[in-house]
Amino acid sequence: MADSAKEEQAVSAGRPPVTKSQELVYELKIGEIMTRDPVVVGPECLMSELKEILRIRRISGVPVLDKGALVGIISIEDLIVALAQGDTSARVGEKMTRQVQTVFADESVIQAVTKFARYGYGRLPVVDRSGRLVGIVTQGDIVRGLLRQLDVQWQEEEIHRYRASHIFEDIESDQTGLVLRYKVAARDFVRGGEASSKLKKALERLGGEPQLVRRVAVAAYEAETNLIIHTDAGGDLIAEVQPDRIRVVALDTGPGIPDVEMALRPGFSTAPDWIRELGFGAGMGLNNIKTCADEMRLESRVGVGTRLEAVFYLPGKREGKKEAV
Amino acid sequence: MKVEDLVAALGLRVLAGQPSLQREVSGGYAADLLSCAMARARAGNVWVTLQAHANVVAVASLLDLAAVIITEGTEPDAATREKAEEEGVVLLSTPQTTYAVVAEMARLGIPAGS
Repeated sequence: MADSAKEEQAVSAGRPPVTKSQELVYELKIGEIMTRDPVVVGPECLMSELKEILRIRRISGVPVLDKGALVGIISIEDLIVALAQGDTSARVGEKMTRQVQTVFADESVIQAVTKFARYGYGRLPVVDRSGRLVGIVTQGDIVRGLLRQLDVQWQEEEIHRYRASHIFEDIESDQTGLVLRYKVAARDFVRGGEASSKLKKALERLGGEPQLVRRVAVAAYEAETNLIIHTDAGGDLIAEVQPDRIRVVALDTGPGIPDVEMALRPGFSTAPDWIRELGFGAGMGLNNIKTCADEMRLESRVGVGTRLEAVFYLPGKREGKKEAV
Repeated sequence: MKVEDLVAALGLRVLAGQPSLQREVSGGYAADLLSCAMARARAGNVWVTLQAHANVVAVASLLDLAAVIITEGTEPDAATREKAEEEGVVLLSTPQTTYAVVAEMARLGIPAGS
């Protein structure tokens, strides 16, 4: 089974989908989000000195190192207790917590999250695998780290988008064009609109101006619907995206339109009743295409097929371009 | 006015698109012919129609409509509702007639969409 199908199954089984921040909590390493070179004190430090360190550095706790080894941790809570007892001349070594919970720098952030939840500490010293102190992590560090990573990923997505939308500037040729071809089956009303939906999404992805994309999408939908309703064997919906224009062509192999001029009249429809009951057959399809497009051409021969072409100029690429519909 | 306000005011049933109910309504449009909706309905409009098949979803999605109200209790099939969920299209249902729904929307101050 494909991964996406598995995911869908998990979702439909009532398991909530994993959010991006949950994913990051597992992906990110503590070493990437911790504060490096944290403030430390020795066991000989006086509580009154600690008070000044905490106040000036605006922190709420520090690891205690004795000859480079982590021997304890002392926090603002310990200081408050000492102050209440009038014990400010005591040494940090007497008041510190000796059973220090630590995390490893190469562990996932989830390990720190779990320990914060279990022990209720405000900070955790971070050590490397040889036990040497390399940093300190607070819940604030985790939040900032996650936000920074989300930002990085968002920027990568933006760059990706930018590349897609600047394809015509980045690729040099005498004439660059992107051809999108969609097969449309006759009488397949259930999938009706699928080709034009895909085309719309592709144009959005390419950075198309929203009003232009909307006009192309409406015209493409009408052309697609015509292929579904009227053709013998379906047809092709082709969009050719060029630097200055988008050309939408609907091609089929019959039956062909006996009177093209009549077909273009608003309200003229040859759709049978059962199709009209579905809401089609208003006789407005070709008219809608004409209204949306800057240029429209319709050629048809009975027994051969029909070719409909609608051209849309990109904003600023043609004098007297159409206003938004 | 948001779609959810309209749902509350008219007692509509939400068939699909629950996550998009916060969307602001820009206006209203009513017709049962898809090409008419294609030509006249605007982004953010609420479309009132009797039609309940999958192409309604396609039109709503292409036009980026705020919601579709299906009137007279017509029930879209499961595939249509699924497609609506997929495309993020809000499908609402009511036993009332199109006329009654439109009258109520007008009373709530929702302007004509086109």
